[in-house]
Amino acid sequence: MENEKLTSPGYEIPGELKNVVEITTLDRIYNWGRRSSVWPLMFGLACCAIEMIAAQAARYDMARFGMEVMRPTPRQADMMLVSGTVTKKMVPLIVRLYNQMPEPKYVVAMGACASGGGPFKEGYNVVAGIDKFLPVDVYIPGCPPTPQALIAGMIKLQEKIDKQSLSKVRWYDKKKEDSVYVPVPVLGPDLMDPRRFAEIKAAAAAKEG
Amino acid sequence: MATPTPTATLDLAACFPGAVSADARPGYKGWIIEKDKLVEVATAIRDELGYDHLTAVTGVDYLPEGKMEVVYNAFKTTGGPVLTFKVQVPRIDPVEVPSVTSVWPGAEFQEREAWDLMGIKFTNHPDLRRILMWEGFEGHPLRKDWKEAFYEEDAKPFKSRWPEGRHVMAEERSPFKDNITFPKDFDPEKWVPEGEEALYGALAKYQTEEDGLKTDHIVINMGPQHPSTHGVFRVALTVDGETIVSLKPVMGYLHRNHDKIGERNTFLQNMPFTDRLDYFNSMSNNFGYAVAVEKLMNIQVSERAEYIRVIMAELSRIQNHLVFIGMLGNDLGMMYTPALYAFEERELVLDIFEAASGSRMMCNYFRFGGVVRDLPEGVLQKINDLVFERLPGKVDELDRMLTENEVFISRMKGVKVIDAENAIRYSITGPVLRAAGVPYDIRRADPYSVYDRFDFDVAVRQNGDLMDNYLIRLDEVRQSLRILQQAVKQIPAGPVMPGKPQYQVRVPAGESYGRVESPKGELGYYVVSNGKPNPWRYHVRPPSFVNITALEQMCIGVKIADFIAILGVIDIVLGELDR
Repeated sequence: MENEKLTSPGYEIPGELKNVVEITTLDRIYNWGRRSSVWPLMFGLACCAIEMIAAQAARYDMARFGMEVMRPTPRQADMMLVSGTVTKKMVPLIVRLYNQMPEPKYVVAMGACASGGGPFKEGYNVVAGIDKFLPVDVYIPGCPPTPQALIAGMIKLQEKIDKQSLSKVRWYDKKKEDSVYVPVPVLGPDLMDPRRFAEIKAAAAAKEG
Repeated sequence: MATPTPTATLDLAACFPGAVSADARPGYKGWIIEKDKLVEVATAIRDELGYDHLTAVTGVDYLPEGKMEVVYNAFKTTGGPVLTFKVQVPRIDPVEVPSVTSVWPGAEFQEREAWDLMGIKFTNHPDLRRILMWEGFEGHPLRKDWKEAFYEEDAKPFKSRWPEGRHVMAEERSPFKDNITFPKDFDPEKWVPEGEEALYGALAKYQTEEDGLKTDHIVINMGPQHPSTHGVFRVALTVDGETIVSLKPVMGYLHRNHDKIGERNTFLQNMPFTDRLDYFNSMSNNFGYAVAVEKLMNIQVSERAEYIRVIMAELSRIQNHLVFIGMLGNDLGMMYTPALYAFEERELVLDIFEAASGSRMMCNYFRFGGVVRDLPEGVLQKINDLVFERLPGKVDELDRMLTENEVFISRMKGVKVIDAENAIRYSITGPVLRAAGVPYDIRRADPYSVYDRFDFDVAVRQNGDLMDNYLIRLDEVRQSLRILQQAVKQIPAGPVMPGKPQYQVRVPAGESYGRVESPKGELGYYVVSNGKPNPWRYHVRPPSFVNITALEQMCIGVKIADFIAILGVIDIVLGELDR
């Protein structure tokens, strides 16, 4: 959202107050604040994490978008950047981190692996995309995405934030739960999603041999 | 047993009659040792023949022959070629092989890996638990008769993809509609998780009574999400106040099944996968794999390509070490500033990689016999400017800013990492070994490519403390610059590939172990071919993984804050640690 839009909601401001008063809508000022200080969770999974660091460093400088404050604790983070291959051994911890993040929270799947398994999809320890467990807001293609691609993805996320409205978002809705909670997967003979226990049981019973 | 006499052509079979026989399979080298005599012969190999450095241990599943094999590759730290020896056991569970950890403690994690992925039980192993997968996982995935959930065929290219290209999504084929598989009649609600009792049981317990006050141990978990573990690495540790009493690394959080996928791929298809092992140094990874397969194919690399390879590998080493120094600053509490300086130089090196290969990080640049394409116009001039004009000054700048820095000196001087004797026992390679005073560099000890043509010194430091581990990186960057300056001047004109590029290489049956000095240590590839387009066995011996075998040894008695720095100087990368 450009700055002119922020201050021109369609009301005439009297001449003598022009330099003192600005009129905007609550949604706009609220979203402007949020989109300009998205704090990512400081957490890297694989190769993509290195490009994430490169995007933070001097040449690309994500600080221009207010995203340089990487928080090592999920309690202070707004956005989870899933930067790399999600493995079965790791996914219970990723889901736990996500559950610990306060609303509003966003998930960005960076790279081919986080989006859909990537080159390692067939691997026995690989989850074919984080969207099997978490709601993903932005997918960034690439293996790994270049810092430019990452920044383009971040701008997409900002556009998404701009379109949200205070009256509709789930974290202020009294009828909905405060926060999205995803049941933590369990490590059994293979990865088990608690939401799919019945389905797994039925498929195992129908299995041949 | 007769006392073996080391000769030019070592004949182990004559030294140990009855216990050792030569490996007579075509394309194979080395010796086969009787299972019951393994520890005895191994001790003699170490003490009397001088092979003090066991670097690679791995299993091979010879399903058609009904055999399991454990392959050991040992070297002398004074230099020289490999000594390969093997143990063969029938493929009937339990597959048992005596552990060699009593001879070379550095085999500990590699034997655990062979147990985890191959199901080879090592008797007398001190701590035989799964290492990459979790306890409770069904089966041993690298066995040839074990099939993953998204299994389609044994070898690529899959018939469904080529030539018609009518393949069904993997999720559609799996009965569980996902990358998961369960035994018949499995009920997830009745599953009792194994928990981590085995891990915590392996930690040494601690309890003291001083002045009538009982002190208990505290168990702390660090990672896998932790800002200073360099990725998804986890350690469980017991502490007495701030001092570490016992420590066990837990890994596998980035286990991406390189070996299994590699055995389904064709030889050339593995090249881009090697990029993603040590993702800072895709060029060095390509190099090691190319060396291993070229050994097996017995082909000559074209002259210009050899020089390009050396240039790329050394540029890669420089950017790795610069980033290492920057990240070490983070570990010591100088947040970000040194790292920003390091990343500035790294971008310049990545520009060259991008110009040559088309990709910043995942270069996929090497081919068997050469490199994929010649350097574009002007790139050599860019490299020239970088190694003569820019980088030497920048290295001096980092040196000037950090080496005399009070924080660096007070945190690092005198904090022991490991001494020379233990470093060799624990199979440590790379800068950590050289900082402990062992001048062992594969580029000199067992030269590959054209490294024997360059004039450079093997960087070595004597104290083995954190400070030396930092200084040796600066030394190595300077030596790499020396190599680069010579290489840029000497590089000949000519083709970069002998003959036409091939997409399906013909690899004769046999085995080979190719190794290069990657920035982190010895990066080895053990490849077995049976004459088909796909490798029968493809194993990576990553330096980070083997170097942290001694992590507990290094950290007992140090403060937690120093442990962060020690983990930092080992320079682990999770991509190759977990593969």
